[in-house]
Amino acid sequence: MPMRESGQPVLRLRGLRKSFVAAGTTTIALNGIDLDIEPGSFVSIIGPSGCGKSTLLQIMAGLIAPTSGEVFFAEKRVEGPPADVLYVFQQYTRSLFPWKTVERNVGFGLENKGTMSRAQMAERTRELIALVKLTGFEGHYPWQLSGGMQQRVAIARALACRPAVLLMDEPFSAVDALTRAGLQELLRSLWRELNLTVIFVTHDVDEGIYLSTRVVALSRAPATVAMDVPIDLPSPRNQIATRAVPAYLDYRARLLAQLFAEEGLEPAEAA
Amino acid sequence: MTDILTADNLPAAAAAPEKRAGKLAALWSTRLLGVGFIVALLALWEIAAINAIFPPMSFPRMSAILSTWWQLIISGELLRELLPSLWRMFAGYFIGVVLGVGLGVLMGYFRFFYNLLEPITEVLRPIPSPAYLPIVILFLGIDDEMKIFMIAFASIFPVLLNTYNGVRSVDPIQVQTARTLGVSGRKLLTRIVLPASSPYIFTGMRISLAVALIVMVISEMVAASNGIGYFILSAQRGFKIRDMFAGVLTLAVLGYILNRLFLMIENRVLAWHYGYTQQRS
Repeated sequence: MPMRESGQPVLRLRGLRKSFVAAGTTTIALNGIDLDIEPGSFVSIIGPSGCGKSTLLQIMAGLIAPTSGEVFFAEKRVEGPPADVLYVFQQYTRSLFPWKTVERNVGFGLENKGTMSRAQMAERTRELIALVKLTGFEGHYPWQLSGGMQQRVAIARALACRPAVLLMDEPFSAVDALTRAGLQELLRSLWRELNLTVIFVTHDVDEGIYLSTRVVALSRAPATVAMDVPIDLPSPRNQIATRAVPAYLDYRARLLAQLFAEEGLEPAEAA
Repeated sequence: MTDILTADNLPAAAAAPEKRAGKLAALWSTRLLGVGFIVALLALWEIAAINAIFPPMSFPRMSAILSTWWQLIISGELLRELLPSLWRMFAGYFIGVVLGVGLGVLMGYFRFFYNLLEPITEVLRPIPSPAYLPIVILFLGIDDEMKIFMIAFASIFPVLLNTYNGVRSVDPIQVQTARTLGVSGRKLLTRIVLPASSPYIFTGMRISLAVALIVMVISEMVAASNGIGYFILSAQRGFKIRDMFAGVLTLAVLGYILNRLFLMIENRVLAWHYGYTQQRS
């Protein structure tokens, strides 16, 4: 496990702004975001579509640079993808390497690190494939698997590198409801077992509350932090029971009201 | 077998009713049909030659051509001409492929190289190889250097253009994924960009293989003292018409074998690609 100083935030975002220039006009996506992410937390980021959730996540991953402001990972300024921060894309069909088998996809990050022997890498790969319940599919190519299985390969590939932080961009939005519930359970258990910090972008308020220890709601672009809600729900969670707890319904009502207000939607039918 | 005829099971159903008719129908629906067509054309040739429809001097019987061909094969004469041709062709092709992939990657990767090289590529590419052959002879003479240069130069362009397109079409998400997994710089090229664009590169290589064969024959016809192209032309000039036809047949067989070999390799290397695209379509 990567070393973590308890109490110190693992990620610190300070005054993040991001604007894009397209066809001569400047669009401000992020307008001053400050966040501290505690180690071991599970933080969901929700917000209206197009508010810059994914942009924020990509800045944290060091994939794109902010226009101004800074990101610190483990007290070091992020200027490129840090080795201990990994990113899981929404589009698993595009992020998995179609010319590599499941086994080679999962081992990809390890091969690049070059710090492990061949036998160690094989062992770690086997372990991760088992953890995401894909044993028996090592020799398959990604396109031979279902959507949910492909996303599990992508998760295993990221986790094989033993990251401190896992950044996930709407990872379950392209699979059906039951597959999604299965993936949520898998992610919760991996988060607990591996002592991960997860930052999870979703447009689904329920998914955010159910999975997380904290939900951050962004406003419409130019986005700022509109609500920051610690989620205090009994653990282990249960897909049916947890979603019926009064506290859960209360979080849900508050966050939905916030989202509706941002989108300019009326929660009720017009009389 | 169902009794319902739909558009989907129609060919199978039509082939099924009786055993002998079924076998015949199956024959019609395979490549054997095409092989049979070739045999029929050769037979037609034979009949036309027997009846002297064309001057027999320039149109010998197919059976005579085939027996001459066989003589040339067992005497080793054909092989003696073929080996230098193959050496020139593969040397030139190899150089052309390496340069084509290299330049294509540079142009796909760096805007600078694209702006620098795209215009000259578009100017040089349309010139038919025979047109600059005399210039190349002036500088490189008539030996192997000239032929290898000609073949290499003509082989570059299909590989270059396809590699460029392949590199441009690499999914940015794959590149970003690799970056978060610690890949950067040259490794990004070898581990992501080249494998991802390999289907394009193979397409270019297959076109260039045919081009290399053509340019090899042309350059040997214009200036050479051996090689299959030289053999064909000197046979024609020496009125050894059956030898000439045998040489052309040799090229047909060579082209066929090369293409089959290439497809075999491509099917192995790109097996993932065919599965992947089939799945997505």
